[in-house]
Amino acid sequence: MAKIWVYAELNQGKLQPTALELMAKARELGDVEAIALGAGARAAAATLGKHGAKVVYVNEDASFDDFLAEPAADALEALHKEHSPDLMLFGFTTDSRDVAGRLAARLGVGLISNAGDVVSKDGAFVAHVPYFGGTKVASMRADKKPAIILIRPKSFEASETGGTPEIKDVDAALGAGSKRAHITERVVEASEKVKLEDAKVVIAGGRGMGGPDNFPLLEALAGALGGAVGASRAVVDAGWVPYSMQVGQTGKSVRPGVYIAVGISGAMQHTVGMKASKIIIAINKDAEAPIMKMADLGVVGDAMKIVPALTAAVKAKKG
Amino acid sequence: MKIVVTVKQVPDPNSVTVLEADNTLARDKEVVLDPGDECGIEEGLQLKEAHGGEVVLVSMGPERAKDAIRKGLSMGADRGVLISDAQLAGADALLTARALAAAIKPEAPDLVICGTESYDGSTGVVPAMLAELLGIAQLTVAKKVEVDGSTIRIHRQTADGYQVVEAATPVLITVTAGIAEPRYASLKGIMAARSKEIKQIGLGDLGVDRGEPAETIEGLTQAEARKAGVIIQDDGTAVDRILQVLTEAKAI
Repeated sequence: MAKIWVYAELNQGKLQPTALELMAKARELGDVEAIALGAGARAAAATLGKHGAKVVYVNEDASFDDFLAEPAADALEALHKEHSPDLMLFGFTTDSRDVAGRLAARLGVGLISNAGDVVSKDGAFVAHVPYFGGTKVASMRADKKPAIILIRPKSFEASETGGTPEIKDVDAALGAGSKRAHITERVVEASEKVKLEDAKVVIAGGRGMGGPDNFPLLEALAGALGGAVGASRAVVDAGWVPYSMQVGQTGKSVRPGVYIAVGISGAMQHTVGMKASKIIIAINKDAEAPIMKMADLGVVGDAMKIVPALTAAVKAKKG
Repeated sequence: MKIVVTVKQVPDPNSVTVLEADNTLARDKEVVLDPGDECGIEEGLQLKEAHGGEVVLVSMGPERAKDAIRKGLSMGADRGVLISDAQLAGADALLTARALAAAIKPEAPDLVICGTESYDGSTGVVPAMLAELLGIAQLTVAKKVEVDGSTIRIHRQTADGYQVVEAATPVLITVTAGIAEPRYASLKGIMAARSKEIKQIGLGDLGVDRGEPAETIEGLTQAEARKAGVIIQDDGTAVDRILQVLTEAKAI
């Protein structure tokens, strides 16, 4: 059986949801072991066991929380040396890719990034990666051992199988040399009413909204539907709305029941983060926009008129 | 302060991706300086203006990637380095990072600025690999950068706010688009850029071996397309149609 490792990302003591998604896939590929580093690692180990980890390597040293990337890369390097896994899975998140990038360069093995799936084939691992504007999917075979593959969040459904893992303490020799990028403060800005990632309905705006002044129209519709507002990269780059609202390859991945794309053309950068939505409604002036070809309902028209009318109609219907 | 900014020439994100029959990218496509890198250059220029020093642009790509470097030079960067080698065609993230590291190391920069990821490749891992190969710390996803003596301090974007993270130089940072509004090149800047140096080097000059690629593309398949839906013109009934869909989806 292949030895599959899942890097179980923790954030201030909390196991990140992507870790459990990766567990679901890892179980299909071989014997699963997980690595949990930092505050909360021991508690996370029990959860990882319920999701199929036979062994969980833990270390609760504060360095893992206080310094970016390097302490974790050091610990993984040491663990790899001792146990030589066949495959290491990471979530395609900012924290995990910092760690995976350093580790892959250090081990000289490279990695496959931004994958949507991974399968086992003839003793090797093949990742499915969106390619050429997302119109194609490339099957990329990892040729080095360990294979290191980064998987987009929400690619798999997490599920419990039950089980108790063997917990092994990692003897991480963390040198001062790796305690360099020091997190001195954590600031929480005004949190969204409904979290974008968890919203059942997402209303997202793009350049077609005309300017930041029109985004309150989307907020009003989101309010009426109990949803959240997202945005395309173009308008985030233009500074209309904060990065935390960005949906897409370099932003958040969402899969709500209904996704309403307003004034968004549907570049791959955006659609890769929302195409798993159950129902997609697009409102756009341009009937030829790529988003129209993937929408369940595409409306060609003026969003500035349709959105407020829709908000009023939703409110009226709800009474 | 010596600042290196990595830059990349990419297919214009505003143009539609076209594939030839053999699954290669259509060649006549417009190429531009990666918009994310424009923000990195701008940040580098602002730091230089505040703290003195030099801004060097380092890129990897075919000969025509000089156009992307030239654009950065016309914004105000001092000089450029282009790593160009036929052996680098189809380079993966690790080979890219190895080539960049070999070109950047002799510059001995205090600060290396990268975008968070390129518009086209979007692996998002080259900066971390580069920092590792340079043996320096990395401060990633910065939406603000401060220099405090030999300490670089950033505001690192998180899902619900930001972290304040700092490290001593030399250090590599990745910057989000929107960290700084890229300036337009002035006519004077464009003229001045013509005489600025762009040094072109190959893998041999860097002492880098192409090596075995870490991955092989076995094949391309059509992405799972969503079932085509209905497209309607808004003739006044659009709101009712949307309401109907929302109701069927139990969103109301």
